[in-house]
Amino acid sequence: MAIMTYVDAIRDAQRQEMLRDPNVFLAGEDIALMGSSFGQTAGLYAEFGAERVWDTPISEGQIVSLGVGAAAMGLRPVLSLDFCDFLGCCFDEILNQAAKMTYMLNGQTSLPLVIRANLGGEIGAAAQHSQCLEALFTHIPGLKVVASSGPRLAKGLLAQAIRDDNPVMCFEHKGLNGMSEEVPEGEYVVPFGKAEVRREGGDVTILTWSKMLHKCLAAAATLADEGIGAEVIDLVSLCPLDMDAVLGSVCKTGRVVIAHEAVETGGFGGEIAARLADEAFDYLDAPVKRVGSPFTPVPFSSALERNYQPSEGKVVAAVKSLFA
Amino acid sequence: MELEKKDYLALYRTMVRIREFEETSRRLMLDGKLGGFLHLYSGEEAVAAGVCSELAQTDCICSTHRGHGHIIAKGGDVRKMMAELYGRDGGYSQGKSGSMHIADIAAGIIGANGIVGACIPIAVGVGFALRYKKTDAVAVAFFGDGSTNRGTFHEALNLASTWCLPVVFVCENNGFGMSTPPARATNNRFLSERAAAYNIPGVTVDGNDPVAVKEVAAEAVRRARKGEGPSLLECLTWRHHGHFIGDPALYKDPAEQALWLTPERDPIPRFAKRLLDGKVATDAELDEIKAQAAEEVRAAIAFAEASPDPSPESMFEHVYTS
Repeated sequence: MAIMTYVDAIRDAQRQEMLRDPNVFLAGEDIALMGSSFGQTAGLYAEFGAERVWDTPISEGQIVSLGVGAAAMGLRPVLSLDFCDFLGCCFDEILNQAAKMTYMLNGQTSLPLVIRANLGGEIGAAAQHSQCLEALFTHIPGLKVVASSGPRLAKGLLAQAIRDDNPVMCFEHKGLNGMSEEVPEGEYVVPFGKAEVRREGGDVTILTWSKMLHKCLAAAATLADEGIGAEVIDLVSLCPLDMDAVLGSVCKTGRVVIAHEAVETGGFGGEIAARLADEAFDYLDAPVKRVGSPFTPVPFSSALERNYQPSEGKVVAAVKSLFA
Repeated sequence: MELEKKDYLALYRTMVRIREFEETSRRLMLDGKLGGFLHLYSGEEAVAAGVCSELAQTDCICSTHRGHGHIIAKGGDVRKMMAELYGRDGGYSQGKSGSMHIADIAAGIIGANGIVGACIPIAVGVGFALRYKKTDAVAVAFFGDGSTNRGTFHEALNLASTWCLPVVFVCENNGFGMSTPPARATNNRFLSERAAAYNIPGVTVDGNDPVAVKEVAAEAVRRARKGEGPSLLECLTWRHHGHFIGDPALYKDPAEQALWLTPERDPIPRFAKRLLDGKVATDAELDEIKAQAAEEVRAAIAFAEASPDPSPESMFEHVYTS
């Protein structure tokens, strides 16, 4: 184990997989000479050279199409799209090309493609650089969608995404870039579709992912002081979704809060709530509660964004409302 | 360009096979045997025939919603394509994709595509992979005039040029982006002029002359194969039918349409006359090619109609690679 920052872990995953498989290559804006906007590919151009690490023009559609064409031919492209907000510039390439190719070709080719993009606000980046758009991609059959909540998962999920034979939307969170924790050295993968119980509790289940996990863990600590035992589950992977883990916990506690940084309306929490209504109705002792961002674009001023972001306090309040 | 008799006849055969497939498919759809959308390639056969005659099996193509001609010219299986149009189990994709998404990876057909302009940057990705693997194969993107106004076209030409990738961009200017002629969609007289913006060769050619197309394709493929980078070919041609079957194409000038359908303009009778006048082939030889093409399509229909519907559970297969 080694202490790594989130950014170092992302870089380490790419490095390990490039060492392991010569078909892995990196492409994206400013990833080679600059080493990416936050350093997620720093040093890889120097180590692997111009044949493996490609600075692209600012042409998001072409970046994803480069990956689609190359993956169809058996390579393993890892594409950096930087801010998830920019995925609007290549939405056709993701939803109509990458996601559908294997199906439309009836399995003649697989499409091992990784699209890295960062989620999240709280850095004063305003409405076009702060969104959490992961739910959009869970609506598209053919894509896998994962989101890491810290350095260990960032490394393990990205490495797994690179080995996966399908297009994977691998979401990072720029608000975690400075976080450090112990991360396995060398090759390390985290399988998709396995949620992680990050804190056990018997009174309420809190489902979350990405950076929001940490607010939920803080909320759970506060709730514990007030005698409420919250079980906090990091879903890790939204598609495939570990519904067994969700149901197991909910059937035990009978109460659920789903907390995500994304806008609450149309967020992935709604999908989970609907599934719980369908599959766990008889076990629920209270309505399923969601915590998310309000239905507005992300505001710039810290005075505004402070109130925009779903907070630990909102999670605590949501949980308490289930016991009122 | 000096060609041997077998080369001339190969071009003619490819064009005739495409026309036979397209016109038969049209009748099948009008008879209610085919569903979905069908975008016919009739009138544009010289482009696919000319370009693909310069390609090896290891070369790859990416195609469009109007893709049957490219698939036939690149060596696709007419029976499996017909069965796919029928939506049957024996089709290329077991009925999952229909007319607009035919692919045959083993034959270097990376796929037709239902989104206008989407195949152009994908072909760049294919060309990238061919070079990454250190082959001398090339990637060809076929696309219509309409798609040259999408950003994908410009992003693709820019990247292929900047990275000097082995890609040949083949624009089939058939006079209409659905209903809109290029003159109403762009201020360029020739679409090949746009190559200059990306510092690559661009040429406009008579797209109804398979030999003229073959000639410019030969140079573009040679350049790509030798690592000299991409080229843009604009092939001037004419779409005989509407955008799809069911489009009466009322936006076409009737006189212009009639002109393009004359034996002097239609690429197949025009090329036949050239072969006969030049004593390259006899009537009997050309008739034999037509008869073989008709038989090939008849056999394809028999194959398709004998093929069962796909099983209901097959709908759930290949959403993901497991």
